[in-house]
Amino acid sequence: MIKKITCIECPKGCGLELDIENCHVIKVSGNKCPKGEKYAIAEIEDPVRILTSTVAAQGLSLKMVPVRTDKPIPKSRMREVMKEIKKLKISKPQLPGDIVLKNILGLNVDLIVTRNVC
Amino acid sequence: MIKRDLVIVGGGPAGMAAAISAHENGSKDILLLERDQYLGGILNQCIHTGFGLEYFKEVLTGPEYASRFIEKIKDIPNIEVSLKSFVVKLTTGKELTFLKPGCLTQVRAKAIIMATGCREKTREMVHIAGFRPAGIFSAGLAQKLINIEGLLPGKEVVIVGSGDIGLIMARRFRLEGASVKAVIEIKKTSRGLIRNVAQCIEDFDIPFYLSHKITKIYGKDRVEKVSVSRVDDAFNAILGSEFDIACDTVLISVGLIPENELLEMTRGASVPGLFVCGNSLKVYDVVDSVTKDSIEAGRVAAEYLKGL
Repeated sequence: MIKKITCIECPKGCGLELDIENCHVIKVSGNKCPKGEKYAIAEIEDPVRILTSTVAAQGLSLKMVPVRTDKPIPKSRMREVMKEIKKLKISKPQLPGDIVLKNILGLNVDLIVTRNVC
Repeated sequence: MIKRDLVIVGGGPAGMAAAISAHENGSKDILLLERDQYLGGILNQCIHTGFGLEYFKEVLTGPEYASRFIEKIKDIPNIEVSLKSFVVKLTTGKELTFLKPGCLTQVRAKAIIMATGCREKTREMVHIAGFRPAGIFSAGLAQKLINIEGLLPGKEVVIVGSGDIGLIMARRFRLEGASVKAVIEIKKTSRGLIRNVAQCIEDFDIPFYLSHKITKIYGKDRVEKVSVSRVDDAFNAILGSEFDIACDTVLISVGLIPENELLEMTRGASVPGLFVCGNSLKVYDVVDSVTKDSIEAGRVAAEYLKGL
């Protein structure tokens, strides 16, 4: 089966053509770099995304602290992870890269701060 | 009147890169004016990833990209950063007037770099008929309300135009639990990057209407619904194709225009030593291009100062 998707690894947005057999990608074309092939395989076999959001701050210089997952998470788990993020509050100063929540839902992924807040 | 070698207006990605570059090229007396209480400009509200791939060779969020430059500037004593400083006047004699809480300051510069970024086009620029109820926002304002203020401005959203900020906000509203009823684009193709159509619209199964336009906004106090029509090649509504979408919020995402209100005060005069860079020169797709452009502006300004 042939499937067409758009690579989201960079702003070029290459149009990829995938040859798929039994839910496995056997050939990728249309990609201008090796990231495209990696993305195509992941997109069919185990689609993942980096999730970005905000956490409410208490008693700090910002009202909202931007955060992201340090690694991509399964696309199907984004909603659940958002629910976990909503439960959080940040009340201590943070630097970009500081961990707010370790090993979210056992996914082996941490939630990290992306902006300096004091 | 204070005197400085180089004054840079705007502390976003353009102004920060220009300041660092001018310093690296020999300028030792730099004043960077920023109207907000933080450096970083619009990057602070762009919490999504996709920045820095070209310049840093890694994928960063907006605040992370900004903080790389903010930290660098902190370590350069020759760059004086003045926050909450809103420039209100620019003359052909390279005199700037800026407001800071409690004082009005005039500064005469040997060189000036304008790095004032861009603005969103408004509802008025795309001529949507109908009422003027609450609930109509530019996509970037909605982004600020959610990401900086922590407020969700609506629950059922229709997005007019497929600019990148609108696409990014479609995903953001969905992640925050709101419903995005449709993205309506008058052209045959997306205005924004195709990767944003993939990861913001297709990922969330949001209805995306190409060759369609909003013909009317309804609602007395708050937006209640919009009428949508298919359009022909001349962008005229096709009779009989109209349908309604119930919603409480309309986001406008129809593109950006360079912000150069201050430059207009020079009435188009050619002023030696006055430079423009980043999105206030030309609206770029990605911030990496803004950085590259502004590094060049900083270098050229430093060369100009050396030649005086």
